[in-house]
Amino acid sequence: MMKWLHTMASSAWFYRFSGKVIPWLMTLFVVLFLYGLYGGLVTAPADYQQGDAFRIIYIHVPSAWMSLFVYIVMAVYAFIALVWRIKLAEVLLISSAPVGAAFTFMALVTGSLWGKPMWGTWWSWDARLTSELLLLFLYWGVIGLYAAIEDKRTASRAVSILTLIGVVNIPIIHYSVEWWNTLHQGASVTMTDKPSMPIEMLIPLLVMATAFKVYYAISLLIRTRAELVEREPNSKWVKQVIEESNHG
Amino acid sequence: MGEFFYMGGYAFHVWTSYALAFVVLFINIVGPSMRHKRNIQSASDFQQHNGTISDDT
Repeated sequence: MMKWLHTMASSAWFYRFSGKVIPWLMTLFVVLFLYGLYGGLVTAPADYQQGDAFRIIYIHVPSAWMSLFVYIVMAVYAFIALVWRIKLAEVLLISSAPVGAAFTFMALVTGSLWGKPMWGTWWSWDARLTSELLLLFLYWGVIGLYAAIEDKRTASRAVSILTLIGVVNIPIIHYSVEWWNTLHQGASVTMTDKPSMPIEMLIPLLVMATAFKVYYAISLLIRTRAELVEREPNSKWVKQVIEESNHG
Repeated sequence: MGEFFYMGGYAFHVWTSYALAFVVLFINIVGPSMRHKRNIQSASDFQQHNGTISDDT
């Protein structure tokens, strides 16, 4: 088991493996994304209260889910990086941050675009919106801190600690709509209850959410590959990669 | 078709959201891919200069 983990954690193995997986993930993403777009924009009926404005949900909710999901995954990498000092976990952690920031940014802007016609305001300092904004700052903080420290091993440790501290914000975001009486509506889809929307609205949402998860994997893998080459430019495996690309 | 783009009067809000998603998703694939290419290139340059000296890593 440990041996298997160490093989998986080697840069060379990861680089090769991810290179093979990316095209498949890309295909899967395009199929899911197009299906989600078609379902969300065309086949789903307009909402009886919100009209066609509700269609923003197909971007907004998957982005918001992913903004939390990516952060939780980062916390796991941070833990692994701190406890076992696995280099690959450090690289995966820092490579996740820009993707998480992108999802958070999308969730905030599309939420604003949805809020204007529905609530009459682009922004309000309500608990959900404020804690989500804080999440964006956490992502930016991780990216900035990593960039600011010259030695990348030290930078990774600092970033891991910051990530783990920031985890406190995750349950706050999640439960904000229950703990405080906020402008933001409660959850439309939960693991336990029957969803409060009809099935032809729900399916494109779940498909889109899956598409975004696959997208995260793609973007993460490409970033991780770039980061691995940057960190180990003089290693044997990078030499091999360069030789192969010159001959192939 | 016109009705589809009209989005029941919410055209601006709906289409801006989707356009933003396209742009953000595009950038986060193309940006890192270009960085990957650049890093390979600079690693290649780096090795051409130092290849004979440090062969042990």
